[in-house]
Order: sequence, then structure tokens, then C-alpha cells
Amino acid sequence: MRRALRRLRLPAAIVCGGLALANLAAPGPAPVAAQTQAGALLRPGDDRAALAAKGERVFQDTCSSCHGGDARGIEGRGPSLRGVGELAADFYLRTNRMPLDDPEDQPSRHPSSPLTREEKRQVTAYVGTFGGPAIPDPDPGAARVADGRRLFTDSCAGCHQVVARGGQVPRARIPDLEDATALDVAEAVDIGPFLMPRFRTLDDDEVDAIARYVAATHDPEDRGGWGIGHIGPIPEGMVTWLLAAFALVLTIRIIGERTPR
Amino acid sequence: MIESPVRFVDERLNAAKLLRKALRYVFPDHWSFMLGEIALYCFMVLDGTGIFLAFYYVPSDAETVYRGTYEPLQGATMSEAYRSVLHLSLDVPAGLLIRQTHHWAANLFIAAIVLHLLRILFTGAFRKPREMNYWVGVTMLGLAIFEGFAGYSLVDDLLSGMGLVIAYAVALSVPVVGADLALLVWDGEYPGGTVFWDRLFTIHILIVPLLLAGLIALHLIMIMKQHHTQFPGPRRTERNVVGTPMWPGYALRSLGLLFATAGVLLLLGGLVQINPIWLWGPYETYLSTNGAQPDWYVGWLIGGLRIMPPFEPHVGEYTLAGNAFWGGALFPLVVFGLLYLWPLIDRRWSRRGERHELLDRPRDNPRRSAAIVALLTWVAIPFVAGSTDRIFFRLGISYEAQVWVFRVLAVAGPLLAWLVARRVFANLQRRDVHPLRGWTGRVTRRTASGGFETVARADGDETDPVPRERP
Amino acid sequence: MTEPPRSRRLRDTLLGAALVRLLRRLPASEPPREPGVPPPDIERELPSTRGAERTVLVALLGTVVAAAGFIVLYVALPDTQLLGLCLGLAFVCLAVGSIVAGKKVVPQETTIEEREELGDRETQEEVVGIVRRGGEGVSRRGMLLGAAGAAGAAVGAAAIVPAASLGPRVDARLHRSPWRAGRRVVDADGAPLTVADIEIGGFRTGFPEGATRDELGSPLILVKLEPGEVELPAEQQVGMPSGILGFSKICPHAGCAVSMYRHPLYEPTTPKPALVCPCHYSTFDVRRGGELIFGPAGRALPRLPLRVNAEDELVADGDYLDAYGPSWSGVRQERPAP
Repeated sequence: MRRALRRLRLPAAIVCGGLALANLAAPGPAPVAAQTQAGALLRPGDDRAALAAKGERVFQDTCSSCHGGDARGIEGRGPSLRGVGELAADFYLRTNRMPLDDPEDQPSRHPSSPLTREEKRQVTAYVGTFGGPAIPDPDPGAARVADGRRLFTDSCAGCHQVVARGGQVPRARIPDLEDATALDVAEAVDIGPFLMPRFRTLDDDEVDAIARYVAATHDPEDRGGWGIGHIGPIPEGMVTWLLAAFALVLTIRIIGERTPR
Repeated sequence: MIESPVRFVDERLNAAKLLRKALRYVFPDHWSFMLGEIALYCFMVLDGTGIFLAFYYVPSDAETVYRGTYEPLQGATMSEAYRSVLHLSLDVPAGLLIRQTHHWAANLFIAAIVLHLLRILFTGAFRKPREMNYWVGVTMLGLAIFEGFAGYSLVDDLLSGMGLVIAYAVALSVPVVGADLALLVWDGEYPGGTVFWDRLFTIHILIVPLLLAGLIALHLIMIMKQHHTQFPGPRRTERNVVGTPMWPGYALRSLGLLFATAGVLLLLGGLVQINPIWLWGPYETYLSTNGAQPDWYVGWLIGGLRIMPPFEPHVGEYTLAGNAFWGGALFPLVVFGLLYLWPLIDRRWSRRGERHELLDRPRDNPRRSAAIVALLTWVAIPFVAGSTDRIFFRLGISYEAQVWVFRVLAVAGPLLAWLVARRVFANLQRRDVHPLRGWTGRVTRRTASGGFETVARADGDETDPVPRERP
Repeated sequence: MTEPPRSRRLRDTLLGAALVRLLRRLPASEPPREPGVPPPDIERELPSTRGAERTVLVALLGTVVAAAGFIVLYVALPDTQLLGLCLGLAFVCLAVGSIVAGKKVVPQETTIEEREELGDRETQEEVVGIVRRGGEGVSRRGMLLGAAGAAGAAVGAAAIVPAASLGPRVDARLHRSPWRAGRRVVDADGAPLTVADIEIGGFRTGFPEGATRDELGSPLILVKLEPGEVELPAEQQVGMPSGILGFSKICPHAGCAVSMYRHPLYEPTTPKPALVCPCHYSTFDVRRGGELIFGPAGRALPRLPLRVNAEDELVADGDYLDAYGPSWSGVRQERPAP
């Protein structure tokens, strides 16, 4: 018995190695964004009243300089937060777009924040007390990526680029969506942050589909090899000149003999 | 093994004389003389891969619904053309390899022609007796750019579809005849019908390749008749060619270059993705994407279109030219016009009509070389301007600011480049005449009394003759 | 030293025979110099070494292996990357073999060849004479030549004229879009769009009901402004029910779909609302009827007047106020009634 098993070791190793290689080579299914409502600052079971009570203090310290002590906004600095809801607060605080140093800056996703997560939860609860939409609960897993592709191309590609690599509009940088989760998508579509239009007329299924597609763009199917940025002819032209032309000019330098001077 | 075929053709076609001439044909040696060959071999790769692609492509805008293997496009409506290329790319074994190789070959084809053109310009190879061959070459450059644009537009994906409507707009914008021209080509208003796709397909696989093949043949025949030019050097005169004979040395090297070109293109075709149309999706007139770009060799035109101010002159109700005309049509017309006129302008400037077989180095004619640099700058600035949106995206430099900078540079840049280049080439030329010219250091020299002294020497303190410009 | 194997001796013999043959072909003395006749080599070097030949052999062997690999992969696992790697390497190996052979194995020769004289006055005059003599005895030579020229030009023109059949005559077709008064605005699935579907800050695309969607005159942008936001003179503030504005989605610069809507969430710190085209960034002010505020477009974005029917659905109230699409010579002309 043992001898038989020992004889199987090499073929087994080969089969395993082959499977591993095939797995690496073959394109995997696009990972669906795991962060749905699980990543939100507030959950259904949280004690909002308690959080909001503490949140008022943080709000006064950090946010009131632009949004006003009463959250009704200050002309020329920041909009009123009355009625924006937990949805908006969650979006801006969770992605660290807020707090914003300069009201003239474009609020952008940021890796860090002066607020702790607990403080962000408190402020979100506080802002929520002024009414407005709750944090959405997208379900991209249930949606079809093909529906999302169509909706995204129709409504979003003009700004965000067809595979969500971002772009520009005069006076604003349009972010790529490589870090965007399903929750980010659902919230942004409702708010229309900074210069983005809003799409509240989309129903939940449509938002889920768009979120599903955005997740797919994080790892596009590169059947052709190295994806070189997925933005088309600019990197393709660079490869033409810096790889192909360079290699062949090098080749003809080797082939051709220089004229003796 | 060699004797029987040689005897066979000679006894029927008197071919031995021709073969003897061909086998001993002399190629002067310089690496820069092989740039045109890279282009030729790219053309061969394009033909070979293109035939394969033509067997799959369907030139039709008939609407169909995708029911294939690629999930994100399930149920999407698209043209038959797009679907056929999708099928080739995703389902046919080696289909994507051949398609990508074809596209890389197109990009490299034009890059090689541009490098070759620059070599011709800088070395004065367009001078008598080679003016006609030069014009054939410039024509091939124009055809190649058009052919490449037509080729990737056939696919009817989102990116190339946007480019095609811009081409329509440029045609429309041409003064007086624009509308007739555009409607003629498209058989009606954009997007036209299936008949447009038939036309574009026929042009791309039959008419232009035949034209190119004929022009290439003409190009090579004229070269063989006149023999290749060469750089000055030992034993080289205006009436001979010194170099390597075709057999065995040059033939093997040339073959090597053919295989290297094919190899590089196939490696790219398999390993580096180009034009992933399944990611872009099909084109519709009401769709567009940010960051859309044409292939690199059309980049100068998108830049021209972007930086042009909103100038659309009209007399009352009659519009003299649409805005797209300036950057999309007039600009390339002027550039190609200058290229065509170049031998005549050069002849005027140098006031000589004699036959040139020895090449100039760029420094031997600073005025010409500076003019080439200026023309190149005038093309390069809109080329860079075509990428302003991604420059802003990556580096944060304001888009509006860039547009203004590029507008100024488009006018001032060539002038500046001309002045700087002329200085540089003139300096290089002067340094040639006296090897130590421009060197400052210490010189040891004999004194009258018999000893040695060391003095510092500054640039220009010797009475060297000022060099005349070489003819 | 041990005796070399038979295969190697055979190869050496063959090479030697080929070399002898080659050498015998070379002319022994200088022939008379005339153009077209190959002169003797002025330099000839036989650089071949065992190492160089071995490199060539290895390269050619590499070609065989890579090409065979390609064939196997094509049948067994036609992965684009692996196929490209194999076939590409096959050619690269072939290239290496050819180049090394060309530079380091075969004889390296430098030759001089004389160029022919170009242009022989005598022969040129002979040619001119021959052509001229072909007209001897012809009395009305000028008239005949003129007539022949006219005939050629006429036939040439006639041959080109059928090209006009390739397209239609330019008429009012470039002016007329599918929009008519009373035609409903529908979405991409054909469902009618109502006032409720258009929100402030929203951006929607509509099409004329029953018409082809991808005609340049079809796609419509729908945006909604707050009451009082419109900055147009009172007499121009028609065709905007509930502040909903319709604009052609096709950019009047070069025909791309205007698919960007820059809508500020908080206006004091951001630029004002505008529709922007992603191709060359022509920017159109929605409050001022689509007027150009940045970019190369030569005209404003054409507006389509709208109204609302009994079911609250959006309906066109006529054709675009100005011609849609990229500019051409008649784009500013008075348009014929539909």
C-alpha cells in the first residue's frame, strides 16, 4: 500500500503543478466587491442616539468651520448638511473625502483622516439626526455584469472612462474607481459628489448592476496579455516606440556596419 | 543542387545575367539604411496576418445580439462587424495572437517609416536624382496612416467609432465641398449604412494594399536602378558604391532583420494586449468614453483639434469652414505639402542642381537640419497636446493651462527649435573642422628661446578659418 | 586527439567542397570595368569559427523547438500568450541564426561598384527626334493634338462622374432630424420619459419615439434646472417645461456624444453647470442655452424645445432650434420646414 502511494507522488506533483499553472494562466472570475453594507460606518443595530450625542462635539470641533455650528452651511465655504442623511456622511467620512482642508479643493479619496473610526461613526450619526437617506445596502452579487456594463457605458463612461480608469473634465479630476466598493458606488450615485451628476432615478437593481460592473473593472479580462493600463492607444504607442522600435533599431545597429571614418 | 534551377531559368528567360547582377548587388553599410527595411518587413507581416483576419471579418452594420462566451457582453446589441472581431479574438485559436500582431505591425510600420523619413531628410537623400523616389515615399507614409486608421475603424468598437465620427466631421468641415465629400463617402449622413462598411473594407484590404505594394515595388526598383546612397568615407566617391554584396552577407542580414521584425511583432502580439475591444464594447453614436484616443500616428491630429481656438468663420449664413477643418485637415495638408515640396525648397536654398550620391551628416547642412527639427517640433507639439487629459490626470497640471501653453508652443516652438538646432548643428560642424575647437584647457608650446611654456587656451583665440557651409 | 565522429567529418567535407566551389567561381583577374558587371572584391574575409557556426546551429535548433512548441500548443492549449511566446521566439532564434551567419560565418566582403552615368544628352535628343518624326507629314498637327487632349479630358471626366453615384445629393437631409412636434421622448429601451424621470443634477439620454437611435439627430440630453437658474432673455425661455432642457447629444465640433455633465453639488466653490464633450472638451453652459464657454466648438450646443403631454410625458415641441451635428457650409442657414 505504502509503496503504491509513494509511486504516485511524482505524477501527483506534476498534476498539481499543472493545475496551479493553468489556474495562474486562466483568467479568474471578476471578484465581486466584498464591502457592501458590512463596511459602512453605521449598522442597523447601532445606538444612534448615543453616537450622535458624542458626534455633536466632534462636529463642532472639526466640521462647523465650514458647515456651520448648526450644520446649515456657511456661504462660500460649505453646504448645509440638513437632510443629506447618514448616506452622505458615511460616503464622505468613510472614504476620507472629508474633512477637507480648503473649501476650494476637490474632495478626493484619501488614505488617512484626522478622525478616528469611532469619531467618524459619531459624526455620521449626528448628521443623520437632521434627516435624509439612510446608508444603502447594495447587493451586487445578485446582479448581472452585462447589465452593469451597459448602464455604466450609457451613464458613467463619459467621465469615468469605459473601464473606470478615470479621466478629466475641465476644472476637475475624475477619479478612477479602482478602490470603489459597491457601497461607494451606491452612495455616490445618490449624492452626485463634487461635480458628478446624480442618478437617483436608477432603481436598486440598476445600482447593484453598476456596482457589480465596477467591481469587474478592478480586474479586467486581459486575454491579450499585459493590460498596459487599459486606457488604450497612449500606452500602446509607448510600447511601439519604446519597446518595438527600440528593439529593432538596436538590431539594425548590430547588423549594420558603421562607415569607417 | 544550385546548378539545375539556375540553368532552368536561364535557358528559358535569360535570367543568369539578372541573377548575377542581383547576387553581386552592392549595399553600402550603415545601420540607418535599414530603417526602410523594417517598414517593408512590417508590411509583409501585415499582409500575412491581414489575410487571416479578412477571412473572419464581416463588413456589416447589421444589428445582432451577442450570445457568445464573454459574460459582460451577454445580450448586448452590436454590429455584425464588431461581433465578428469579438469572435475572432475570444473564440478562435490563435485568433487574438494574429489580430494583435497585425495591430502592433501597423503601429510599428508607421514608426519605421517616420524614422526612415527623418534619416532621408537629415542626410539629404531626397536630392537629385532621388526626388521621385522621395515623393513615392511620402505618398506611402500618407497611405499608411490612412490605412491604419481605416483598419482599426473597421472593428466598430467604442474607441474607433468615436474616431470615425470625427473623421466624418473633418470631412464635413472642408470649405465649400465638405458636405458633398462626407455624404459621398458615407452614402448619406453618418453613420451611413452597410454600404459604408463594404467600402471601408474594400479600401482597406484591396485598394490601399495594392497601391502600397505597387509603390513599394516602384520604390525598390528606383533604388536598384540608382543604387543606394552612402556616407562619405575612404574610397567612396560620387560615382561609386562601396559596401557588402547581396550574397551571402547582405541577404542573410536582411533575412535576419525580417525574422527579427516578425519575432518582435509576434512576441508583442502574444504578450502585450492591444485594442481589447471586448473591454471597450460596441460603438453607438450616442455613447462616448473619457480618455478616448486614436492610434499614435493620428495623435498629432487630435492634439490639433483640441488646442485650436473656437474659430469658425462665416459670412452671414454661409460657413466658410467648420472648426474641425483647421486641426483635422488643414494642419496635415500643410505638413504633407511641406514634405512634398521639400526637395524643391532645398534646391532653391542650396542653389545647386547637381547629382548627389554622397550623403550629408546632419551637421553638414545646419540650415536644412534645423528646418527639419522645426517641422518635427511643429508636429510633435500637437502630438503631445493630444494627451493633455491624461497628463492632467497623472500630474495634476490644469487642462486649461496646458491648452494655452500648447497654443503658444505650437507657434513659438518651431521657431525656437529652429534657432537652437541651427546653433547646435553649426557648432558641431565647426568642431569637425578643427578637432580641438571648443576645447579650453592648457597648451604646452615651444618658446623662441628653446624651452617649453604652458598657457591656458580659451575658445576662439586661434585664427581658424570660418568654415563654409558644405554643399 | 581522438578521431572526430563520422558526422562531423562528413560535414567538414561538404563545407570544404562548397567553399572550393565558391572560390572557383571568383574571377581570377580584373575584368574590364563597365556598369552592371560585378567587380572583384576589394576585401574578403573568412571569419567563420567553430563557435560562430555552433551559435548558428543552436539558434536554428531553437527555432525548431519553438516552432514545434507552437504547433503542439495550438492543438493542446491555444493560450494567446504561450502561442505568441513560442512563435515569436521561433522567429527571434531564426533572426539570431541569420544575423550571426551573415556577420560571423559567411565570407565578409566589401566591394566597389561604379554607378552609371545618369542622363545622356545624345540619347535624349534621339528620343525627342523619334517622337517628333512620328508627326512627319501631319499637316494640322496642333489642331489634332488639341482635339486629342480635349477627347482625353472629356473621357477622363466622364469616367470619374459615376463616382457621384456613391452618395446622395446634399439637400435638406443634413438639416432635418427625426424630431417633430408631438414626438415623445423615450429612453434606450423605448419607454417614454416623464417629468419625474428628470431630476435636478441628473443627466439622461432620450431618443425620438419610433426613429433610429443612432442617427446623429436622434440622441437627446435631458437636464433639469432650478426655477430662476436659466440665464436667457424671457422670450427665449420657451420649450423648457418645469425647467427641463433638451440638448442635442452630438457635439457640434466633431460629432462625439456629449456624455459629461459637470453639475456642482455646492456652487460657491466649484464651476457652474456645463455639458462637456469628452473628445476635445468643448464645454457648453446649460444655463445660457448651450453657449460655448471653453473648447474648440464653433457653435453652441443645439437645444430642442420640449413640452409635456397629458400623461406628463416629455414630448418634442418642434425640431432643434439650430442645426445639429458637426459644422458644414450650410449649418447656419435657414432650415426648410419639415
